[in-house]
Amino acid sequence: MDTKIDLREWWSSFNRKNTYVLALIIFIIVTILYFFLQPNIFEEGILNRILTSNFRTWLPVTLLAIGQTIVMLGGGLDLSSGALVSLGNVILAISITSNEEPWFNLLIMTSVIVLGLLAGFFNGFLTAYLGLQPMITTFATSFVYSGLALLILPDPWGNIPREYTNAYRNTSWLGIPISLFVIAFILILWEIIKNRRYGRFLFAVGGKADAAYYTGVRVTNIRISTYVISGFLAALAAISYTLLTGSGSARSGEEMTLTAITAAILGGTSMAGGSGSLFGSVLGVVILGMVKNIISLVKLDSWYRVLVNAIIIIVALASPGIINLFRRNK
Amino acid sequence: MSEKIESSGKRKINLSPQVTALLLALILFLASGLLPNGFNSLETALNQAANILRLSAFLALIAAGQTLVIISGGEGIDLSAGAVVTISVLFSYRFINGDNAMVIPVMLFVVAFGALIGLVNGTGIAYLKIPPFVMTLGMAGVVTGALLVITRGLYDGKVAPIMTNVIARDLFWGIPGMLFIWIIFGVLMTILLERTRYGKQLFAIGVNRLSAHLSGVRVSRMVVTTYVLAGALAAFSGFILVGWLQNAGLLVGNQYLFPSIAAVAVGGTLLSGGKGSYIGTMAGAIVIQLITSLLTTMQLPEAIQQIVFGLILIVLLVFYGREKGLRL
Repeated sequence: MDTKIDLREWWSSFNRKNTYVLALIIFIIVTILYFFLQPNIFEEGILNRILTSNFRTWLPVTLLAIGQTIVMLGGGLDLSSGALVSLGNVILAISITSNEEPWFNLLIMTSVIVLGLLAGFFNGFLTAYLGLQPMITTFATSFVYSGLALLILPDPWGNIPREYTNAYRNTSWLGIPISLFVIAFILILWEIIKNRRYGRFLFAVGGKADAAYYTGVRVTNIRISTYVISGFLAALAAISYTLLTGSGSARSGEEMTLTAITAAILGGTSMAGGSGSLFGSVLGVVILGMVKNIISLVKLDSWYRVLVNAIIIIVALASPGIINLFRRNK
Repeated sequence: MSEKIESSGKRKINLSPQVTALLLALILFLASGLLPNGFNSLETALNQAANILRLSAFLALIAAGQTLVIISGGEGIDLSAGAVVTISVLFSYRFINGDNAMVIPVMLFVVAFGALIGLVNGTGIAYLKIPPFVMTLGMAGVVTGALLVITRGLYDGKVAPIMTNVIARDLFWGIPGMLFIWIIFGVLMTILLERTRYGKQLFAIGVNRLSAHLSGVRVSRMVVTTYVLAGALAAFSGFILVGWLQNAGLLVGNQYLFPSIAAVAVGGTLLSGGKGSYIGTMAGAIVIQLITSLLTTMQLPEAIQQIVFGLILIVLLVFYGREKGLRL
């Protein structure tokens, strides 16, 4: 009897500490399903090809989801990150047209990153410093960013040198694609930061801002920093997206924002702040991507795809609640 | 009302958001008269005013359910409203099919359908603890997906003559029928919020769920009811919208979603819940609509319009959308 209660307690505390457990379970289910539908996956080179092609496509959204998670951990929300991707994407697309001046191209990429940092700071200044509500404020700034993108490039265009796009698309070390390295690098970096001062302060700010404030945490600065990080990652997402598609469009990031938020929630991050993990959000993106892949693998009638995709997402989001309901009844 | 806790030395302008929004609307409207292609006589001014009010009415109708959901707190938001409006527009268009006798049954049907979607939203949020943002976002996906399955991209139908007469044309004294509907609707919404048990409990759960629960409010049931109402109201707006547009479209409702949330915020309803009014939302809708119309009248390119809209929204929020800081 006692051990049983202990087990249950252990499970719930394990769940609380590792918010991504459910995402991990869903991820495993989805992966098994995927392998089942793609039986040739264990043949030579196939797995590598699938990893490469999937992760290079998912990298932009993954970066956004990571940025979003950090903002959400601090108790905010960033609806402008997708628009920032569009803005970065069009700037890169109109500027980088040949590979003859690598320094100039590097300069453009750097300025896109600086722009991301500035835009993020602007978001943070409005929401954290002026105390405006994050959802509507970042929605308003997203209009500004996407408007600028549309101003710069009204119609999709772009001529990114083949060398650059190929380098992004096909580079891999030890059979692991470059995009996966980027994600792994960020996750490892985060593991280090998480348990240091900044990480602990961030969780404190998101969990209970007033308590954090009274214990001397600079709540406003921490919150602003989360938006700056989100802006930075959005700029990186813009670069990777541009390298992926080789062209620019003022609408490129439009749908990414909500996907990134969904991925973060699916990964166990709380919208109220103070709980969640970057690893979970990455899992969230992978799950969303895999579900799409599976839907196309089973050759579902294309009219049903949106519906089935949405239903699967809702069921996945509902699963912790359903489990809890059953647990309570027992 | 809110000036009591201001010891940090900062001066606070004490205008209620509703009044500010209305004043702003007036200023914007007068400003629009100064444009080269603005109005130059009283008659055209009145016409323009009626026109803008009529357009604001749709935004405000769609924002009504949103107002309730946002007041209910708990990060409440209904991102499925746009999709519900769309499906309601398409259903009304298809099933009424030009027949006056079908208007009322179809209206009841679409409202019930919207309420059903709201019920699913509310159940997911209140009992399965899914955050409203993603629950309603997912629901928007489901509704849109269902729409694709049902219509396969094709739709046809017709609006009944009686709807055209009541909604789109002038009803009395040159005032469009839509405005009468809006006024009645506004009165009902205000009564609902200010004078009913539901309204009292709604504000209570918006301020603090726990204390509301301890004082005997059935919080989960209230949340579900609120999302059901929001779904029903969104569907009703779709029904009205089709009467005005005389046509349908596969994405017709979605363009109203974020402007309607902006209208709620501009109208002084706190996005964190517990404070707000429908009159504020009405004023907010007029402001948002005026800004949009103004930008259209000035014939600015789409890109500039977006940028200016975003900046104006930010300025508005800076003026009175600020939350109480941590430093008391």
